[in-house]
Amino acid sequence: MERLPLEAYLLLSATLFTIGVVGVLTRRNAIVVLMAIEIMLNAVNLSLVAFSAYVGNVEGQLLVFFVMAVAAAEAAVGLAIVLALFRNRQTVFIDEVNLMRW
Amino acid sequence: MAAETLFFFLFGAAAVGTALAVITRRNPVASALWMVGYFLTLAGLYLTLYAPFIAVMQVLIYAGAIMVLVIFVIMLLNLGNPEQLRERFNPRVGLASALGALLVLQFLVFLLSRPTGYQAPSPKAAELGSPQTIGQVLFTDYLFPFEAVSLLLLAAVVGAVILAKRKVEP
Repeated sequence: MERLPLEAYLLLSATLFTIGVVGVLTRRNAIVVLMAIEIMLNAVNLSLVAFSAYVGNVEGQLLVFFVMAVAAAEAAVGLAIVLALFRNRQTVFIDEVNLMRW
Repeated sequence: MAAETLFFFLFGAAAVGTALAVITRRNPVASALWMVGYFLTLAGLYLTLYAPFIAVMQVLIYAGAIMVLVIFVIMLLNLGNPEQLRERFNPRVGLASALGALLVLQFLVFLLSRPTGYQAPSPKAAELGSPQTIGQVLFTDYLFPFEAVSLLLLAAVVGAVILAKRKVEP
């Protein structure tokens, strides 16, 4: 039975991670930026699961479990910050929030 | 060709397509809906790697919980005019895409220059991904990190409630 080498999954993971990076760099909407960060976290999860299956070690999948918990915490706090931001500044565009810019 | 290989290409192409759709749609609600598709294709990719537990967690936590939260926040912003959420064209897109392509190229060169030597999944892979194996390791060797994560989630919930309150008393 023909299977793909590990590099196939790593390259797919790298491509998805890069799409997330481009999303963070180009989008102005804070909610979409948070979603692009989730894309990056998921891309890394994919490479962790691939390593876990190819090396034969369960700990990669445990790490994915913890990454999911941290991502849930990050999403909750990040979206609460977006809500507070919108209440105070009436915008969700990150380039209009430049109070701390020098 | 093995079925896993076929599904890798199917879900891989779908994952790249949905991820691109997430970062290119101008309406954040459309982005959020494409994001659900992205999470589902990743769950499919986990299944090709014999990780059913992680695949189910992916659907439950990401597609179920996190995306509902995102849609809820878009709703709570309560914008009278949906145009307020739209974005103008950003001239940085070209530069960022070029840098992204360079990054993928760098990953490609790195991966091809040092092969990892793993040609196929480990024969143990099928039993590794089962909830039984994961639960056994999680509640013995990783019990302390597991409890630490519960504290982290508690802190995040409290923080989110404080941040989202209308008026914070000093």
